[in-house]
Amino acid sequence: MPTSTSIADRARPIERARSFVARLRGGDEVAHSLTFLAAASIVFVTGWLVLELFWNSALSRHQFGWSFLTTQVWDPVAGQFGALPFIYGTLITSALALLQAIPLGVGAAIFLSELAPARVSDGLTFLIELLAAVPSVIYGLLGVFVLIPFLKTVEPAIRASLGFLPFFQGPFYGVSVLAAGFVLAVMIVPFIISISREVLMAVPGDQREAAMALGATKWEATWDIVVPFARKGIVGSIFLALARSLGETMAVTMVIGNDPKIHASLFAPGYSIASVIANEFTEATGDLYVHALIELGLVLFALTFIINGLARLLILSTTRKGSS
Amino acid sequence: MKKIIYLLFSTALLSGVISAQVLINGAGATFPYPVYSKWFNQYHQKSGNIQINYQSQGSGAGIRQVTEGTVDFGASDGPMTDDQLKQFQAKRGSAILHFPTVMGADVMAYNVVGVSKELNFTPEAIAGIFLGKIKKWNDPELAKANPGVKLPGSDIVVVHRSDGSGTTYVFVDYLSKVSKEWETKVGRGTSVNWPVGLGGKGNEGVAGQIKQIPNSIGYIELIYAIQNKMAYGNVRNAAAKFIKASTASVSAAAAGAVKEMPDDFRVSITNAPGKDSYPISSFTWLLIPARIHDQAKKKALVDFLHWMLDNDAQATAEALDYARLPKAVVAKEIKAISKIQ
Repeated sequence: MPTSTSIADRARPIERARSFVARLRGGDEVAHSLTFLAAASIVFVTGWLVLELFWNSALSRHQFGWSFLTTQVWDPVAGQFGALPFIYGTLITSALALLQAIPLGVGAAIFLSELAPARVSDGLTFLIELLAAVPSVIYGLLGVFVLIPFLKTVEPAIRASLGFLPFFQGPFYGVSVLAAGFVLAVMIVPFIISISREVLMAVPGDQREAAMALGATKWEATWDIVVPFARKGIVGSIFLALARSLGETMAVTMVIGNDPKIHASLFAPGYSIASVIANEFTEATGDLYVHALIELGLVLFALTFIINGLARLLILSTTRKGSS
Repeated sequence: MKKIIYLLFSTALLSGVISAQVLINGAGATFPYPVYSKWFNQYHQKSGNIQINYQSQGSGAGIRQVTEGTVDFGASDGPMTDDQLKQFQAKRGSAILHFPTVMGADVMAYNVVGVSKELNFTPEAIAGIFLGKIKKWNDPELAKANPGVKLPGSDIVVVHRSDGSGTTYVFVDYLSKVSKEWETKVGRGTSVNWPVGLGGKGNEGVAGQIKQIPNSIGYIELIYAIQNKMAYGNVRNAAAKFIKASTASVSAAAAGAVKEMPDDFRVSITNAPGKDSYPISSFTWLLIPARIHDQAKKKALVDFLHWMLDNDAQATAEALDYARLPKAVVAKEIKAISKIQ
């Protein structure tokens, strides 16, 4: 309401007060303050969370400094704590998951919104949204009892065809970085499909019609016009999925093998930040140990923050080129 | 008039104290949770007005919470360290007492292809395997303890707990006693820096991995192994005898250790003397402040301790597959209860 505020600004104080009352009566001012409070509370909670994590990790930050991020020893008995294996495990499992989930999720979303008959699309979407509501411990169990035995049967084939790469060498016990990546992929695909489909369906129909009027085929209209138009939303869905996979705890800890060492091979076990916190926090004795675990929480927060920031920069830099 | 009001007020207050529910909060170890919840429930029914609320959040959380004073008592699978005792003294202004309640043990569970016979493990073999020095199942150290068993030449896959736990503490405490190298290289703790192996979450996680991975070995809580009918090996004890873990052989370990037991009960009974003692055994403790200001709570806790040490309550524990306290330990604990002020 730019006009009403400029009038109020020019008015004498008493009139300004009256107009405030009027606006209050009209409900605008109430709605404004309520929604402002809602938005402010989110900033407040986030800020508070970071501060608490920061304060409660003081011992470990002072003791290890930045080397906390670069050392690989995690020895609670000797009081030596380094976060690198956990940071590596978190990033590599999430990257593996995205590598599988992005083509699958975006592909499915395009089919559901552009190509499938409405009834099929609605039915499938309902099922996909059900998948998003499955508790992660169930995914973990499926990982242990279905996915890992399956991986064991296909492992010789992978080794025969790709075994020359360092990623597929060394003994394979089932629980591994690879298994964690697969389970995470299954867990985050529903997010990508569900949100991307909504975004694609929100693309105005005249965009499609205009493209087709210019002689584009159905697929050209979809891939060259509709998908770029919805790109921001699709990327948003991918980052929501990434955030979930970075923070996933239960399912990962059940299949990753929980070994705080960095191995090049995806067949080898690993560890993630969220898993080690969940595993060790309850039985952590000694202040330094607790503070080191809380600092891991801070690291995970920073990691999510940085990745989301980079993603936004990426979107900005690509949209400026005017391709959408 | 004033007097009457005062009188009315004080009688109301007094009757309030007498009939009020005594609500006691505790937190700590998860291992004894099944027997504790049963005990506290039975005790509530018996006493009528004493409600003990126990949250099984883990031993570390139990020690932290009782030190901060957010609960009335704690519970732990490992005794508090000297530093922790000092911290408690500084924060709460009194000492804290340890009371053993029941016992548990760790067993060696394994999955060796082609071997159906129960295996024997020497302390050297267990330490060697978990240090990553014994790599094959047909290692001489294993073969020598298992005459007549054809052990395969395959690699040993070690599985340990990934979550911090009392079960791990007992196991590494045992290894620290039987192997100097373990003590200096790895040491004791609820989580340690494992030289080798995969981590499984909880007993079920370790058990699941052992079942799925051929030629693997790991340690599991005895009760979990009994209730899930898992096979496990015998371990050579301090008297050089191979012993199978059972509630009886675990109780025997406590009886064997009682002679050298300090008055504060902060003692590990791993590798205990006695020919029937199972060597990877441990107490689990209630941690109770030596000074309790609330008289009603104090009386309730003291009464509960007496009741818990009694035959019926210990039999309840045994029915849940916990090893019961030997008589000598019970007698020693009854003496210690009088230290609560």
